[in-house]
Amino acid sequence: MLAIYVILDGYDFGAGIVHLFFAKKEKDKKAITNAIGPFWDANEVWLIASGGVLFFAFPTLYASSFSGFYLPLIMILWLLIFRAIGLELRGQIHNKLWETVWDKAFGIASFLLALFFGIALGNVVRGVNLGMVENGISAHEAHYFFLPLWNPTFSPSAEHLGIIDWFTILLGLVGVITLTIHGANWIIYKTNSDLNNKLKTAIFRLNFVLLALVILSLVVWHVIAPKPFHNFIERPWMWIFPLLTLTGLFGLFKVKTFKKDGIGFIFSSLFILGGFASTAASIFPKVLPSTNTVNPSLTIYNVAADEYGLSVGINWFIIALILLIAYVFIQYKVFKGKMDDIGYGEH
Amino acid sequence: MEDMLFYDRMQFAFTITFHYLFPQLTMGLSLIIVYFKWKFLRTRIDYYNDAAKFWMRIFALNFAMGVVTGIPMEFQFGTNWAKFSELTGGIIGQTLAMEGMFSFFLESSFLGLFLFGEKLLGHKLHFVTGFLVFLGSWASGFLIIATHSWMQHPVGYEILSNGKFVLNNFSALFSNPWLLPSYLHNQLASLVTASFVMAAIGAFYILNDRHSNFGKLFVKTGVIVGLVSSVLVAFPTGDWAAKNVVEHQPVTFAAMEGLFKTQDGGSEIVLIGQPNVVDKKLDNKIAVPNILSFLTYKKWDAEVKGLNEFDPENYPTNIPGLYYAYHIMVGLGTLFIGIMALGAFQLWRKKLYSTKWILWSLLFFLPFPYIANTTGWYTAELGRQPWLVYNLLRTSEGISPTVSSGNTLFTLLGFIGLYLLLGMLFLILVGKIINKGPVTSEA
Repeated sequence: MLAIYVILDGYDFGAGIVHLFFAKKEKDKKAITNAIGPFWDANEVWLIASGGVLFFAFPTLYASSFSGFYLPLIMILWLLIFRAIGLELRGQIHNKLWETVWDKAFGIASFLLALFFGIALGNVVRGVNLGMVENGISAHEAHYFFLPLWNPTFSPSAEHLGIIDWFTILLGLVGVITLTIHGANWIIYKTNSDLNNKLKTAIFRLNFVLLALVILSLVVWHVIAPKPFHNFIERPWMWIFPLLTLTGLFGLFKVKTFKKDGIGFIFSSLFILGGFASTAASIFPKVLPSTNTVNPSLTIYNVAADEYGLSVGINWFIIALILLIAYVFIQYKVFKGKMDDIGYGEH
Repeated sequence: MEDMLFYDRMQFAFTITFHYLFPQLTMGLSLIIVYFKWKFLRTRIDYYNDAAKFWMRIFALNFAMGVVTGIPMEFQFGTNWAKFSELTGGIIGQTLAMEGMFSFFLESSFLGLFLFGEKLLGHKLHFVTGFLVFLGSWASGFLIIATHSWMQHPVGYEILSNGKFVLNNFSALFSNPWLLPSYLHNQLASLVTASFVMAAIGAFYILNDRHSNFGKLFVKTGVIVGLVSSVLVAFPTGDWAAKNVVEHQPVTFAAMEGLFKTQDGGSEIVLIGQPNVVDKKLDNKIAVPNILSFLTYKKWDAEVKGLNEFDPENYPTNIPGLYYAYHIMVGLGTLFIGIMALGAFQLWRKKLYSTKWILWSLLFFLPFPYIANTTGWYTAELGRQPWLVYNLLRTSEGISPTVSSGNTLFTLLGFIGLYLLLGMLFLILVGKIINKGPVTSEA
C-alpha cells in the first residue's frame, strides 16, 4: 500500500519538481497543474489509509517508528500542507510576484518531500539504535528510539545516528531523481504540452544519473549494512523484484521511441514498485533493523497485532480493497486522456 | 514528564480543534447538497442545481482543509502517543484504518467526480456521485465516533499480561452503547453548523441585495433545517448522550454540572456560576432547585452524586474547563432553538425575507455553532480525563517515551504558525467564493 502511495503521490511530487526546474512559461506551468489538478488530494488519501493499516496491523512498528522518526515525520506533514497551500493559493491573485512565490513554494516543497522519502527509506535500510543503547544498556524499552535530524559527522556508522547522513542523503537523491522522472512521465501522459519533447530528453539524461546513483548506493549499502544480498542467495525467487526494477530502469532509456505516451509512466512505476519490493526483500523478515547487539531488530513477527484482530481485519480489508480499485478505475476512466483536452476549468 | 504530557496534549488539542472546524461543516452540508440535487432532478429547475454547485465549491474547499489537517491527527497517534498506540492499536487501529479505507476513499474519489465530472456523467450519475460523497463523509464520522466511543466506554477487549489491549469481539465495537447517541448527537450538531452557515450566507445576500433569489432559498433551507436539527440535537440525542455519562462516568457528570456535593432532596441545576475548586463550591451561583434531578432521573427528589462521593484521583483534571465547555454548549444550543424558531415563525408568516433584524441575527450567529460544536467536544474529551481509555489507561501512560518536551513544543509552535497561514488562506478563498456567489447556468 505504501508503494502504491509513493507511485501515486510520487507523480505529483515529481510534477512539482519538474515545475520547479523545467517549466519556464506560464502555459507550461498551467499544463502541469492541470495534469495533477483533480488527483493530488485523492492521492494523499492513500497516505492516510496506509498509516491506518500500519496502525492496526503492526501497532508496535507504528508506535516505534512514528515516535522515533518524530521530527522528519512532522516536517513531512508541514511540507504536505505547505505544498497544498502553494498549489491552491497561486491562482487566487493574478500578480507576477505572487505567482512566482507560490510556484517556488510548491516546487521546493515537492522537491523536499521526494528527498525526505528517499532519506526515510535510507533510515530503514541502515537501521536505528533500538532501545537507545549506550554502553550496553538500554535507556528505553527495547523497541523505542529517537533520532535527531543529524549527528555532527553525518556518518551512517557513528554511535549516535541521525536521520540525515551521507548514506541516507544518497538515497534521498535517488528519491528525487526517480520521482522527477516519474512526474515527467505523468505530465507527458496527461498533457499535450510543448514541454513534452524537452521532458523526454531530460528523462533520458536523468536516467543515466539514476543508474549511477543506484549502483553507488548498492555498493555503499554493502559496506555499511551486513549482508544486504543474503536473502537473494537464500531465496532465489526474490530475484524477481530486482529484475522488475531493472526492467523499469532500462525501459526508460527508450523513452523517445515510445508510441504511446503512457508507457513511460508504466516503466517508472515498475522501477518504484520493484525498488520498494527489493528493499523489503533484502531486509526481510526485519522491518526496522537494530544497529546495536543488545536489542533485536523489529521483524514482521514481533510487531504484528494479535491474531483475532488481524483475521477480522483481513476480511474487511479485502472488501475495502475491491471497492477501492473500483473507485480508482471509475475515477481514471472518467478523467481518461489528456487533461488539457478535458479542460476541467477553474478550481 | 509533566511538561511532555502538557505539550503532547496541547498539540493534539490545538490540531484537532482546528481540524474539526472543517468536517463539522462538510458532514451537514453534504446532506443539504444532496437535497438540492434531488430537488433539481425532480423539478429540472436549474436554480437548484446552481445552488448545489455553489455549495459544493464551499464543500470542496472545506474538504481539502479537512484532509490536510486530518493527516496530522492520524500521525500524532504514533508520533506523540506511541505507548497508547502500541497498547491499543489492535483495537482503535481497526476503526481508524476502516475510516481511511472505506469512507475516506469513497468521499475523496467521488468528490473529484462530482466537482469536475458533471458534463461527462449526466444528471442522474452526477446526483449519485453527490450522494456517495455524503455517504462517505457520514461513514467517516461514524468510524471516528466508534473509535471515540471505545475510548470513553471500552468494549470487546481483553488485556494481556504485557498490558496490551486485544480485540476479542469485533461487532461489539459497533454495538457499543456509547456509539449511537454520540453519533446522532454529533451529526445533528454538524447539521446545525451547516444550516446556520447556509442561513447566514443567504441573509448576507439578501441584505446586500445581491443574488437575493438564491439568498431566499438559503435562508429558508437554513432556517427549516436549523430549527429541526437544533431541537433534535438537544432532545432526544443530547439527553441520551448525557444519560450515558451519568451511567458510565458519574464523576464526569458531577464535574460538568458543577455539583461539588450531593444535595439532599434533589439537585438544583446551575445556570451561571464559577467553579471554585479550592473551596469546592460555585461562586456567584444562579440555580433552579430540583431540575437536575428531574432531568436526570425523571424524579424531582432523586439523588445526583456530587464530586464529594468520588476519589479525587479520578476527578477530571480540569474541572472548571469541563464545566464551562459544557455550559457554553448547552447555553448556545438553547439560543439556537430560539433564533431558528423565530426565523421559522417569520417564514410561516411570509415575512422572513423582509424582517431585517432576523436576517442580521442569522448573519451574526454564523460563528456560534462552531463554538458550540467545539465546546461539545471539549466536554467529551475533558470529561474523559484523566483517562485515555476510561478507567483502564491513564493519559499520562500513553505518551511517546522518547520524544522530549522540547521537540514537542517545537512542532506545536510550527503547527500554530502553519495553521495561522492556513486559516488566513481559507478565509480568503471562502470569501472569494461567497463574493462571487452562485453562478446561474445559461439555459
